[in-house]
Amino acid sequence: MDKLFPVTVTVNGQIYTREVEARHLLSDFLRHDLGLMGTHVGCEHGICGACTIIFDGEAVRSCLIFAVQANGHDIRTVESLGTPDHLNTLQESFSEKHALQCGFCTPGILMTLTPFLEKNPNPTREQVRESIDGNICRCTGYEKIIEAAMDASKKMSSR
Amino acid sequence: MKPVKFDYYAPSSVDEALDTLAELGYNGKVLAGGQSLIAAMNFRMARPAALVDLNNIPELSYIKPTSDGGLAIGTMTRVRQVEYSPEVAKRYPLLAEVSKFIAHPQIRARGTFGGAIAHADPAGQLPSIAVVMNMEMVIRGKGRERRVLAPDLIIGPFMTVIEPDEMLAEVVLSPLPPKSGSKYIQVSRQKGGYAQAAVSAVVILDEKGRCKNVRLVFMAVGEAPILSQKAPEILVGNDPSQEAFKAVAEAAQSEIDPATDLHGTAEYRRNLVRVLTIRCLSEAFDRAKRGG
Repeated sequence: MDKLFPVTVTVNGQIYTREVEARHLLSDFLRHDLGLMGTHVGCEHGICGACTIIFDGEAVRSCLIFAVQANGHDIRTVESLGTPDHLNTLQESFSEKHALQCGFCTPGILMTLTPFLEKNPNPTREQVRESIDGNICRCTGYEKIIEAAMDASKKMSSR
Repeated sequence: MKPVKFDYYAPSSVDEALDTLAELGYNGKVLAGGQSLIAAMNFRMARPAALVDLNNIPELSYIKPTSDGGLAIGTMTRVRQVEYSPEVAKRYPLLAEVSKFIAHPQIRARGTFGGAIAHADPAGQLPSIAVVMNMEMVIRGKGRERRVLAPDLIIGPFMTVIEPDEMLAEVVLSPLPPKSGSKYIQVSRQKGGYAQAAVSAVVILDEKGRCKNVRLVFMAVGEAPILSQKAPEILVGNDPSQEAFKAVAEAAQSEIDPATDLHGTAEYRRNLVRVLTIRCLSEAFDRAKRGG
């Protein structure tokens, strides 16, 4: 039997305790151990950004962190945003502005933009562009994503 | 892919980490931010038998002024903290400038300043910036500490003088004199991608506006950052001029050893160094004339 390490982690406000092998990636832990399949796995070496989650308030790659390292930390995944019936503002803007086609990269982009917009409520297009330079999208050409982020920032700051 | 099995240790103090590294010897490997190491492990290019994770040691993360007016940066300070530190921007604008080129925001949020230097990736920005700024490395082992300047730290691709039972604990930046200027410039196929070639410079002017000192480093065109010996030979004591910069760019051709790969030929990279050297020196000297 391989050595297992206890992990207690807060994910989307709920506390989970599990035992993991040291080599278990956080991305796989979220998907397979917790069943949170919204976090997508693309390249597994930090290039594509599909697995981006919010770790202690910062957008990071969940494929470049071991699950055991999440012990005691706070994580948010795409499941913490809206539901299919009640999208949150950013998701609504993505839908309205056609900021996704196949949708594979979308959870990572949403989890990149969420803390970015929390810290920069009135960004410029250039700042939005820079914020998602670590997320690859092969469908949209990015313009619609930037439009959606700008739209969401306007809606959020007008409230 | 997924990493092979390994033993995992998460010490909560530097002393505990050094004890663990001493016990593990050649089997141990330090895990800092993991943004290069874990990627290499996922591909099974790296197969360390045991990891010693420094992420639970808050005492390794800080940016603090030194008594001589420089800065000391703890090895586990995230690149993001360096990127947005007002202290860093004020004293070392080169560091704030180069941070934007290091991978992506999500990587910079987790990747560490010391880890990137100790990783010694020939295509990594921070190892070459450490060389151009002549940063001092504080290397600790169980019951001992030594100091090494960055040019003596890196001995090859992904190779440093740090022993398996040691770790890079702190990086010390000495203060820059007035009338100094710096610049980092690179060409890469996409934002955050590996540079095909990059050049960085730190220059100092004397009171008559002539070059007093120059450090010029070429990156991603050899097995390690290359500190130019020709640049000071040509420039020191002379007026910084476009002709002199062109002479450096030509002389640099004998100092670099670029490779051909999918992204570009060696010849192309030689041309990049030619162009980037002139641009880099021009901007660094202009900034020095403007006082930083």
